Amino acid sequence: MDSLVQLLPELWKATYETLYIVGLTLLFGGIGGLLLGLGLYVTRRGSILQSPVVFGVLNVLVNTFRPIPFIIFIAAAQPLARLVVGTGIGNTAIIFTLSLAATFGISRIVEQNLLTVQPGVIEAARSVGAGPLRIIFTLLLPEALGPLILGYTFVFVAIVDMSAVAGIVGAGGLGNFAILYGYRQFNPVVTWAAVIIIIVLVQVMQALGNVLARRVLRR
Amino acid sequence: MPVVQLSNVTKTYPPRPSGERPLVAIDDVSLEIEQGDIYGIIGYSGAGKSTLVRLINALESTSDGSIIVGGRELTGLRERQLREVRLGIGMIFQQFNLFTSRTVWGNIAYPLRVAGVPKEQHQKRISELLHFVGLADKAHSYPDQLSGGQKQRVGIARALATSPSILLADEATSALDPETTREVLALLKRVNEEFGVTIVLITHEMEVIKSIAHKVAVMEAGRIIERGSVFDVFSSPRERATQRFVSTVVKAVPDDAEFQVLRSKHPGRIVTVSFSDGSVSQSSVFLEFGRHGIGFELIYGGINDIQGRTFGHLTLALTGESGSVDAALDAIRPVVTVTEVD
Repeated sequence: MDSLVQLLPELWKATYETLYIVGLTLLFGGIGGLLLGLGLYVTRRGSILQSPVVFGVLNVLVNTFRPIPFIIFIAAAQPLARLVVGTGIGNTAIIFTLSLAATFGISRIVEQNLLTVQPGVIEAARSVGAGPLRIIFTLLLPEALGPLILGYTFVFVAIVDMSAVAGIVGAGGLGNFAILYGYRQFNPVVTWAAVIIIIVLVQVMQALGNVLARRVLRR
Repeated sequence: MPVVQLSNVTKTYPPRPSGERPLVAIDDVSLEIEQGDIYGIIGYSGAGKSTLVRLINALESTSDGSIIVGGRELTGLRERQLREVRLGIGMIFQQFNLFTSRTVWGNIAYPLRVAGVPKEQHQKRISELLHFVGLADKAHSYPDQLSGGQKQRVGIARALATSPSILLADEATSALDPETTREVLALLKRVNEEFGVTIVLITHEMEVIKSIAHKVAVMEAGRIIERGSVFDVFSSPRERATQRFVSTVVKAVPDDAEFQVLRSKHPGRIVTVSFSDGSVSQSSVFLEFGRHGIGFELIYGGINDIQGRTFGHLTLALTGESGSVDAALDAIRPVVTVTEVD
């Protein structure tokens, strides 16, 4: 317990780092996943920009990268991280790698949620002369907004989970803190302190997501 | 010049899986719809009527043939030009297809925004439409707060927002109860009469055709097998499928099973007398039976009113001397159609 008190500044720093890593990942991966998910949705057969070739390529791309376990993905993507963000280690590198992995994961969630929009609603928009871009931004996304908010809330939790292994490339965060000061030092109190903070973060975000989704869905 | 003209239109879908034969949804259909018509297209599901109506507003493209809408040939137009064409054609749907993320107001405003109507004109147009469909108090409700009939009224208001000259109705009343169906059909009739909008009405219910259509085409397996004015098709259907549809709303002649039951009760001669509009009155026919001393009993049939014109088939069991029956039938043959049933 005493050691935890001593470690408090480190714990707050780790909490901040987790929020920083997860927040930026949610931003970059969220946008990437939204675009990729939209790409999958609009190019599938019978959709507004159907293209079997583009859909096939995107589909294979997502199916190839999504199943790679994240800890292996970090290692495999390290050269790419060096190329793009100039470093293979630290918070910047892990944000890049996490965003890339999240893009593939989120794209499926986005695709699934867009598919819940009734095709007839899209047809009604086409029947009044709306073009594909207008349909996507003024109809498709608003119609799917409720499920999308819940999907992104789920993604937040998944990214917190993935960010726990950030320590292997020297990045920080609560996962790294728990392993470094709790697990390696045989101090379960420290480990549990990190766990409790993660639980609180997740609870707060889930509650926020639920409230927002309920407001959008009006129920 | 018809407002919609289809000439030898064919629509095939590529086979799934490839290698199979392509699916022919529309098979060499020609159709002319005049300005101001309410044109009904009836058929069982899978007959191709939904595809046909989507060819008219180019939601589907033709495989072969020509479609001219409002004087403009659709085949060969680019997607951007087709969008302009669609602005002049409203469409309503079986499942209403309202935008659930928008209010009633927002739903009706959508086509106005697409058409680039300046925002300051929205207010006037939308409240006009809301009053026309009788939903002025629901402007700020969301679709999930409305009943089926109200949803379809919003669908109609949305379809009319840009003042199209053609309205396509794809099974617009099939999800509604009979009472609401009547209300929505009455509204469509007003759309036709007050705004002169040409309506193409897809349905599988003959009742819908009977109540508001002027003309009707019967579709089966991608083809139009019979067409004409609603009165002509109802009073003398030629094709079997047409006869089946007509029999759902018109009690005409007994089918085989019904006839067997009637025959067991009435051993004498049975005839069907068919009246059509403007022909001789029933009383003169019955007077003729009386004059020849023939008894008769009405055992099947009915007289129908199609938009103010009447026709009907009455099946009668006759009793009396065979010679007198023949004489009486000969006397009425010049004025009505007589069919001996056995």
